[in-house]
This record gives sequence, structure tokens and C-alpha cells, in this order.
Amino acid sequence: MNSLVLDTVPIWTLILGVGVFFYVLLDGFDLGVGMLFGLAPDTPSRNLVMNSIAPIWDGNETWLVLGGLALLAAFPLAFAIIIPAVYFPILVMLLALIFRGVAFEFRYRDAEHKTFWDYGFVYGSAIATFAQGMVLGAFIQGFEVEGRVFAGRSFDFLTPFSVLTGIALVFGYGLLGAGWLVLKTEGDLQAWARRHGRWCFIGVIVAIGVVSLWTPFVHEDIAQRWFSWPNLLLLSPVPIITALLAWAEWRSLNNDSEIAPFAAAVALFVVSYVGIAISLWPNIVPHRFSLWQAASSESTQAFLLVGTLFLLPIILMYSGWSYWVFRGKVRADIGYH
Amino acid sequence: MLSDPLFLSRLQFAWVIAWHILLPAFTVGLASYIAVLEGIYFATGRDVYFRSSMFWIKIFSVSFGMGVVSGIVMPFQFGTNWSRFSDVTANVLSPLFAYEAIMAFFLESAFLGVLLFGRKLVPQWAHFFAALMVAFGTLLSSFWILSANSWMQTPAGYELVDGRFFPKDWFQIVFNPSFPYRLTHTIVAFYVTTAFVVAAVAAYLIRGGRFVEEGRVMFSMTLWLLSVLVPLQILLGDLHGLNTLEHQPAKLAAIESHWETASRVPLNLLAIPDEINETNHYSVAIPVLGSLILAHDPNATIKGLKDWPPRDRPPVAIPFFAFRIMVGIGVIMLGLVVASWWLRFKGRLFETRWFLRACQFVAPLGFVAVLAGWITTEVGRQPWTVYGLLHTADSVSPSLTSMDVWISLAGYILAYLIMFPSGILIMGRLVRRGPIDSAVSDSPIEGGRPDLLVRPLPTASGRPRP
Repeated sequence: MNSLVLDTVPIWTLILGVGVFFYVLLDGFDLGVGMLFGLAPDTPSRNLVMNSIAPIWDGNETWLVLGGLALLAAFPLAFAIIIPAVYFPILVMLLALIFRGVAFEFRYRDAEHKTFWDYGFVYGSAIATFAQGMVLGAFIQGFEVEGRVFAGRSFDFLTPFSVLTGIALVFGYGLLGAGWLVLKTEGDLQAWARRHGRWCFIGVIVAIGVVSLWTPFVHEDIAQRWFSWPNLLLLSPVPIITALLAWAEWRSLNNDSEIAPFAAAVALFVVSYVGIAISLWPNIVPHRFSLWQAASSESTQAFLLVGTLFLLPIILMYSGWSYWVFRGKVRADIGYH
Repeated sequence: MLSDPLFLSRLQFAWVIAWHILLPAFTVGLASYIAVLEGIYFATGRDVYFRSSMFWIKIFSVSFGMGVVSGIVMPFQFGTNWSRFSDVTANVLSPLFAYEAIMAFFLESAFLGVLLFGRKLVPQWAHFFAALMVAFGTLLSSFWILSANSWMQTPAGYELVDGRFFPKDWFQIVFNPSFPYRLTHTIVAFYVTTAFVVAAVAAYLIRGGRFVEEGRVMFSMTLWLLSVLVPLQILLGDLHGLNTLEHQPAKLAAIESHWETASRVPLNLLAIPDEINETNHYSVAIPVLGSLILAHDPNATIKGLKDWPPRDRPPVAIPFFAFRIMVGIGVIMLGLVVASWWLRFKGRLFETRWFLRACQFVAPLGFVAVLAGWITTEVGRQPWTVYGLLHTADSVSPSLTSMDVWISLAGYILAYLIMFPSGILIMGRLVRRGPIDSAVSDSPIEGGRPDLLVRPLPTASGRPRP
């Protein structure tokens, strides 16, 4: 529009991209921990597993709200098209997050129904993860759009591809969760986390392979993006880096390094995320509207940007502090007393 | 109606917001109360404030967890069911929602972890600071969400281009005409609601005889607070009413079930509004009082509902009765506060059985009043989502079928009917256990949570029975 005004779309793209990635990373590991909780051998280890995320899960989930609202604020057209198009995965995710979120408190307070809330925690985590994976699959597929509205039907999201991405994310979050538990626990429980981490890793590698091969066939633009010359050459580091990271992850799950399993899992998520971004750039409503077409008014973006640029560093600072307070191996004796 | 995605989406929004608002109605007040208790404990070191704070922190953590998960549902409703509304209003409203997230939600959630789990890990001043930040976060959250809600009631600072709203003046948008009144009226309502819950629990503890010291401290503190806030709330409500008369006259006419434009209008105390025949049945009215209360002038002219075509009128019966429930509860609360002055003057505040019992019964009334007030203002806004500019019917997601919304509504009903009663039962159990002596509950097992599924109740001496 007005070329004299600073274009805030790139910076909002960055904020949204980083915000969503923070969500995937942070709630990713605690949803993964939630799923692994169901496989833990006994009550004391389940308590430790849950305590490893109890003080921070709420902050982690806040990034989901930020992601949703940043999409609404910076790219409202995308929000208005995408969210109704994934009506059911969003519904299922929200309901699952309800059961999983209250389980942290109810599990300890509601004596007679302890098992019910334990199941709520495990299945809530797994179902929320699967639903998020389906949202991702549906997003890559794209949506039927007429004018400014979603014109398809509420079950369009459900395809073999979105089911596959759902399963892929379950393994992915499981791997992050196992990495977190290796970081936060010791002894038998840590060995147990490594063992499950290896299973998740195998799932992740299969999933990355299948999704990467399948994605170009979902839409011709994506195939064009990856396989046309010189993109083929320019983008070749992506699969190479992925392979190196996979090797590092496997190695760290099998030796006794404590930080590397989590760090390498995070790095695997980064490259997968970048890969998806490369497939869809510069569109925010895939194959339909670009970031600039879907952007909110300049005044809206500027008004929110001022506060965000000021507050985001502060948020990162005190969130970091709250992580710092609970640093080190998880102990059984932190609590309300 | 039951096969109309619009009606079902409205029902769904009403369901999820009505449950959700009960939690801020409690946690906004309780977060501040905990910060005050922690502050006094920090300053004086008196153990009774420590025990009281520990007691309320446990209850707070249960309610805050429910507030978080039911709150995450809310922003997604704008996308799933109200995507047209989002597309049309996002340029103006979305920064207000986003500011709520980046100013308030992160603050609350990061410091909540330290408040709940960090007492042993950080210095006492840092723990007190965490309590302050949680309380401050809940207030910031109220600020932004009520600003957004107020803009939908009294839009300002915008321009319409091709049927979509664009910002012109951010100050006017944020501080739109009804915002100052709605913000103060709502926050005071939240504080009053919490204070009556604290007073009820304190009365229970005093009557039970086991935790009299804690009970007295809580009871006295909250009744002083209510002595200020309840009269203040009535004043704020009156000012809010004047604001509604000026900016949303159709809503006001519906609240009063007032059909004909006239001066020196009566006040309908009770009536059965008849929207088809545009009249009231069995009305009990006081002459001239309507103009006097609504406009503070006996000769003021008040617009009647017939001034608007039927399609632009709000429903009448719902705001009419909801408003009367709210005001009725306000009168009961004022009566209790006045009684507390008399009993305090007589030195019998903690010994008067009927008063303690009455305070216990009043505990849920604050929530009823908050819901009734919310229903009054939201139903009174109809048939608009942005008052006078965007019809509710033009706000719903166009892709939805009635089956879609039936499924989601059933899901939310089922989930909330499991979660909320469980949470309420758990909080009830925590109240019955009382502020157990910190030495007894300082067990390190299971992260400081109860190591036994059912803990023996302590006796009057604060020790478990053998």
C-alpha cells in the first residue's frame, strides 16, 4: 500500500514463526512427557515424571494462545479461513487439553478418581498431539477458499496424509518428551526414558521419511519448490543436515550424554519446521494467500508490534527465570509446602 | 432453531464463556487476596497469615488450572465458530486480545509456577514478588479482555472500509465509552464475589471450631473489604447504567422492559414482558422512579423499545430478569455488610451464629450475580456482535453445518460437566480439611502433595488423631 511506511509483515512473520515454534518445542516436550507418563512402570516414577513439568506446563501452553492470537492479529484472513477449516481437530485438541491440564491438580486432590485423571493426562496428551499433527497435515494440503471464506466442508481435513502427520507428531513429541526426561531424571528412570526415546526415534525417522516423500505429491507447488533447478541444489543441505542430526540423536540415546538427546531432538524439529516453511513460503493460507495478502492493516501491525518488541524479551527473561528456579534433576519434594 | 448453526454457535459460546467467567470471578480476587496475605506474612512473620495463604494457594491452584484450560478454548471460538466476525473486526480487536496474552498470560503462568512450587527454592521476597505478579497478571488480563468486550458494546475510534473495521485512533479504541465503567464494575464484582467466598469459608472454619484463629483473621479482613466494596459497587453500577442509557438505549429499554418512549417513566419492579404484543403483564411499577433512577432526573425522557424495528431489538425477558437477579443479590449483600457493622460495633462479629450461617449461604450468590450481570450486558447487546454495526447473524462461520456445531457443543457440554463439578468437589474437600498446621502438612513425599489418599483430620489441637 503505502511504500513510505515500514513493511512490518516480515517481522510479524518472524514473530509468528518463532512463537509457533516455541509452542511446538515447549508444549511438545511436555505433551510427550504426558504420553510417556502412561508407560511409566510405577507410581513413584509417574509422580517424578509429572513433577518434571508441573511448574512449567502452564507457561508452555501459553505459547499456543500466543500463536493463535498472533495469527489473528497479524494475518487475520488466514485465521478466518484456516481455523474453521480445521474445526474438528481444533475441537478435539481443546477437549484433550482440558483433561490433560486439570489432571495436574485433580490427580492429587481427587483421591477416589486418581486413575481416571491419570488416564485423562495420558490420553489427553496423546489425543491433543495427534490432533495438532492433523492440523499440520490439513494445513500443508491447503483449503478450499471462495473470496475471503473457507468454502469446503468440516471433514475435508481428514485424509490419509493428515492421519500420517498426526501419527508423526505423536512420535515427534514423544522423542522430545523422552529427551526432557533424560535431562531431568537419573538412574533407572533415566534409562527407561532412553529406552522409550529410542522407540520414538525410530517412529520419528520413519515418519520424517514418509512425510518428506509424500509432501511434494500433496501439491504441485511444493514439488516445484523442491525439485526444480537450482532449488534442488540450494535445498540439498536440508536432507543432509537432517540425516546428520538423526545420527547424532541415535548416538546420544545410546551413550550416557544427558543434554544431547533433548538438544538433537530440538534440532530435528527445527529442520523439519524449516522444511515445511520452505514448502509453503510465502503463503500463509497455503497455495492461496500470501503473507502480505492476509496481513492486517499497517496500523494494527504497528500498534501491536510496539508492545510486542518491548515485552517479548521481558517474557523470555522471566520465563527463563522460572525454568532456572526449577533447574537440575527433578526432586520429589518440591510442592506447595 | 436447533438446526440452525448460528443459534447453536451462540449456545456453544454462551456455554463455554459462562463456565469460564466463573473462574476469573474467583481467581482475580483470590490472587490479590493471596498477595495481600503473603505481603502481611512477609512484613510481620505471623504464622496465621502463612497458614491462611497456604490454604488459599491450594484452592487457587485448582481453580486457576480450570481457568487456564477453559480460557484456552475461548480465542479459538473466534476462529472455529465466528470466523466472519474475526475477519471483519480483527484489524481493531485482535491487538487487544494479543496484548492480553503477552502482558497477562505469560506473567501469570510463569510466576504461578514459582508461587505454587517455589517456596523452598527462592528467597521469601521473591516468592512474595511472584504472588504480586500473578495478581497483577490477572488484573491486566481483565483490563484487555474487558476493553475488547467494551469495544463490541460501544465501538469507537474506527472507520468502516468495504464492510470491515479499520483502526483510526487506538486510544479511543482501547478506552471506548463503556470501558471505564465496565472495567471497574466487573473487577469490583470479582473482588466482592471472592470476598464473600472467603467470608463463607471463614465462617465455616469459625463454626467448626478447629481453625478459629485463621477463620477470624479471614472473616474480619474480608468484611472490612466488603464494607468498602459493596457500597462502591452499587455506585459503579449506577454510573454504568447512565453510560448504557447514553450509548445503548435499546439495551436499557430491554433491561427495564420499557416499550413506549415517554418522560416521567415508572420503574417496573416486576413484570412479565410480552415481546409479541409489545407490552408487559402483571407489572408492579413505581411512578416516575424509572426516569429518576435511569437518568437522575424525574422529567427525563426514556426511549422505549418500539423506537427500534423488531429485528434490531434485543430479547427483553432475559436481560429484564437477569438484571433483577443481579440487583436483588446486591441488596442482600448490602444487608449483610450493614449487619456486620452493627455486630462489629457490638463486639459479637465472630460469635453470632445466625450471621456466620448467613455468610455461609451467601457464598455462591456472587457467582450468580456475575453471571446475571454478564447475561444482562451480553444478551442486551443482541442482535449485534458489534453494537449497531455488525449483526450476530453475519458473524458466524459460513462453512458450519448444524451437525458440526451439535457435535462440538455436545463435546464441550460433556467435558465441562466432568471437569467443573470435579473441581468444585475437590475445592470443597480442601475447605473441609482446613488450613492444616504447616508442620503436619510439610511432608516431602510426592512433591509435597498429600502422601495419603485420605488424610486423617486433625483435631482441635491441630494434630492428627492417633
